[in-house]
Amino acid sequence: MRRIGPFLSFAVLPLGGCQGWQSALDTHGPSAHALAEMFWIFVSILAAVWVLTMIALLLALRRRRSVDADPLETDPRTERRMTVTISIAIALTLVTVVSLTGLSYAAQKALFAHKDGALTLLVTGKQWWWKITYEDPQPNRVFTTANEIHIPVGEPVLVTLESSDVIHSFWVPSLTGKMDAITGRRNQIQLQADRPGTYRGQCAEFCGLQHAHMGLLVIAEPKEDFERWRARQVSSAMPPNDPERQRGMEIFLTKPCIMCHQIRGTDAGGKVAPDLTHVGSRRYIGAGTLETTRGNIAAWIIDPHGVKPGVNMPTIPLDPDEIQPLADYLEGLK
Amino acid sequence: MTRAITSHDLDAVPEITRLVTGERGGLPGVESEADSPPSPDELRDDQVDGPELTARLARTWGTEKGIIGALSTVDHKVIGRRFIATAIIFLFLGGLSAVVMRMQLALPENSLIGPDLYNQLFTMHGTTMMFLFGVPIGEAFAVYLVPLMVGTRNIAFPRLNAFSYYVYLFGGLMIWIAFMLNIGPDVGWFAYVPLSGPEFSPGKRADFWAQMITFTEVSGIAVAVSIITTVFKLRAPGMTLDRIPLFVWAELVNAFAIIFALPAVVTASATLMMDRLVGTHFYNPAEGGDALLFQHLFWFFGHPEVYIIFLPATGWVSAIVVTFSRRQAFGYIALVLSLIAVGFLSFGLWVHHMFTTGLPQLGASFFTASSMLIAIPNGIQIFCWIATLWDGRPVIRTPLLFIFGFFFIFVAGGLSGIMLASVPLDTQVHDTFFVVAHFHYVLIGGNVFPLMAAVYYWFPKFTGRMMSERLGRWHFGLAFIGFNATFFPMHITGLMGMPRRVYTYLPEMGWGTLNLVTSIGAALFFASFVLFLYNIVASARRGPLAGPNPWDAGTLEWAAASPPMPQNFDRIPVVTNREPLWANRSSLPVVAGLSVENREQIVPTITHGRADLRETSPEPSIWPFMAAIAATILFVGSMFTPWALVWGSVPLAVTLIGWFWPKPSTEDEK
Repeated sequence: MRRIGPFLSFAVLPLGGCQGWQSALDTHGPSAHALAEMFWIFVSILAAVWVLTMIALLLALRRRRSVDADPLETDPRTERRMTVTISIAIALTLVTVVSLTGLSYAAQKALFAHKDGALTLLVTGKQWWWKITYEDPQPNRVFTTANEIHIPVGEPVLVTLESSDVIHSFWVPSLTGKMDAITGRRNQIQLQADRPGTYRGQCAEFCGLQHAHMGLLVIAEPKEDFERWRARQVSSAMPPNDPERQRGMEIFLTKPCIMCHQIRGTDAGGKVAPDLTHVGSRRYIGAGTLETTRGNIAAWIIDPHGVKPGVNMPTIPLDPDEIQPLADYLEGLK
Repeated sequence: MTRAITSHDLDAVPEITRLVTGERGGLPGVESEADSPPSPDELRDDQVDGPELTARLARTWGTEKGIIGALSTVDHKVIGRRFIATAIIFLFLGGLSAVVMRMQLALPENSLIGPDLYNQLFTMHGTTMMFLFGVPIGEAFAVYLVPLMVGTRNIAFPRLNAFSYYVYLFGGLMIWIAFMLNIGPDVGWFAYVPLSGPEFSPGKRADFWAQMITFTEVSGIAVAVSIITTVFKLRAPGMTLDRIPLFVWAELVNAFAIIFALPAVVTASATLMMDRLVGTHFYNPAEGGDALLFQHLFWFFGHPEVYIIFLPATGWVSAIVVTFSRRQAFGYIALVLSLIAVGFLSFGLWVHHMFTTGLPQLGASFFTASSMLIAIPNGIQIFCWIATLWDGRPVIRTPLLFIFGFFFIFVAGGLSGIMLASVPLDTQVHDTFFVVAHFHYVLIGGNVFPLMAAVYYWFPKFTGRMMSERLGRWHFGLAFIGFNATFFPMHITGLMGMPRRVYTYLPEMGWGTLNLVTSIGAALFFASFVLFLYNIVASARRGPLAGPNPWDAGTLEWAAASPPMPQNFDRIPVVTNREPLWANRSSLPVVAGLSVENREQIVPTITHGRADLRETSPEPSIWPFMAAIAATILFVGSMFTPWALVWGSVPLAVTLIGWFWPKPSTEDEK
């Protein structure tokens, strides 16, 4: 795959470090935190079991028989001793697995038994992007975006998962475990972030050609920031005011772009591909593939299959002088 | 070495008398053809001895020369050798596809191969390793070794066994040829719907996968039937249930697991093909089908499948641990019962592959409990093997080195499996590289390392020559380091959020270094296999001659020549101990009275191993091969049109009629 444009990910990441932005062990939500703690408990117990077994194996290598001993001969005392030792080892194994099962079940009940949240999202897995609908009792406050979820810090958010094509799996490891988005079914998962930050997620169920490029971002921010963001997302796109971007809009509206994409406030009403009303405000395009810059948008439009081979977006023939205004226009959709 | 047993000499095995004394067996008052006294005109093996007996039996049981002879053979050793070689070739092909994938993943955003080829590669890798290597390799060893170990002359249903091999070979060839033509399946070895359904996988790619399942399952089930029948009805006289070698027990339990598990996946793949070919809607939610049903069916097979791969390996481990500990197995009964328990429990775990599909919480947690519970019988086996080594006098040769590798790796993999059994933990690691690491620890640790041990151990029996010990040690060292360098870092990559089945990843994910280490490890690991191959080829030509029992082992296969004669044994041994060659060091008791001119075998009673009947084993025949070709035409054709089932059944029927055409047995002619 071709890399287009410099990729200064560190600059966009408020956490300032990429080691942990999609890590199950660098946790930023109560659920992921509990899971990581449990992980370490399991690891320590199981590692101890492994070490003990290996020590037993090493000690077993001492030659306790003479060269000419009959292999069929057994010493009843040794047999008895080994039977007792093995029985104890098995009993200990049983205690271990029963306690781990208990621990697992307790954690499962605590973490997954109840799912709710004041904010509810509908996330639809698509080949190969995420359609995100913010639900609201007031129909005019419902809006759709793609690949970037904003949530208020410290509040549980209920995510309903579904798929419109094949099976996907929604996974933001820093916040919680994964849940599949299955065709013909609905699953739910609860998200909660303890600290403001950007957490990356990715589709975890193989879903075809571009399974590798099906990322998403969860951005946790303070309540006021979140409400501001939400208010802006609900609103339609601002009509462009400079001629270059006006031309870009014209190009967008007269090309096949509108068959698939929607830009609220314009005539573009396609629902097949990501909603672009505020595409410029999102950090990535192509489902976490390219950082949103004017150059990257242009590169994506010129050759989407060079960036993400097999993507459902066709290559739209454009005149060279149409690219720049179009990219300008899209990038300005903040 | 051998001495004939007489009727006065039967205190050890009071049951076997009839063949020797000519007394009637079976139910009193019931006339049976098998009870007829041996014909006086027919040469019996108590009438000739020494080299003449060997030569005459070899003629009776031998395979004819020439291509027709080679394709007609029903000798379990010839078929078994082909089975083993073919499965190992598929292991190399599967390994090669993995190496290419690792080259692609060595660097972030690598452009070596694109997503299409990558998806085909991981599908071929998984499919090959699971269906074309994992299941067949265990059965292949059984085909070769079980008849020898139970002391008989051929496997039960030898023609069915030959047919199975050709079906397996043709199925494997079909899918690899499709891959070479760039129409290989690209939906993963699990082929989840709807991705593999008609809407999202147009073309024939997914059909190749589904039809390959048909081939391998027909083959797998048929071999399993032969193995079970061999173990139940062809054991040497005196081999009571508690004298059956642990390897044979493992293969028996494995064969049962195959018979019960494979139909589930055949149901899944056949219904998938029907969805694709004739527009049924088993898996189409829009028409009332269910996408999740496929996963249940697939994993109802898929989890036992893991044990189908592991169980034969426990047989290899048991055989090798006992021989190289110079001590009989500690806890034989416990080991056998554990095997059976594993066989049963393996059918109750499948949902742990589906913990993230949104199943009811309580239901899912039952599968946590059952998945953890299987640690108990597996633990018993590990402890019994360690105890055997403990009280023995371990002789550290290459086979045992690989068994140490097995302990080190498999135990680690089994323990990380306990994490996956936990529903909450699984939600984090499921479908990530952590799982990839886990199951390679379990499968390579649990099958491939024991397989290497088994090849070093039985190579002298297969070829008559020893493998190089020096190369063997290098091979082990390289494989052990290569394996751990490849798969250990994957645990961390997975926890750092890298999902499975991605053909590339962004540089800023921070997975680059670990992936590079993994890829270098994979190259080392592959190099170890190249060394292994070299060792096989070189040793087969120039290795030191082995003799019948180079390791001074105790089970019956070591009583046969290396490589064994077509008849395996000149006279059928009488078993008085679990380790017959250790119990009868000076001479092995044998039973006499079988025909030298006909393919006669002893059929014992199931539990006590009393000689019960004489039964003729089928002669070589070309029909199984022809039937396999007809079946292949039918299977391949039915990927393209349902009419192939109609027209393709005609040649299949013809070949089957040829195969089963009643003919008077040589016995009856006289």
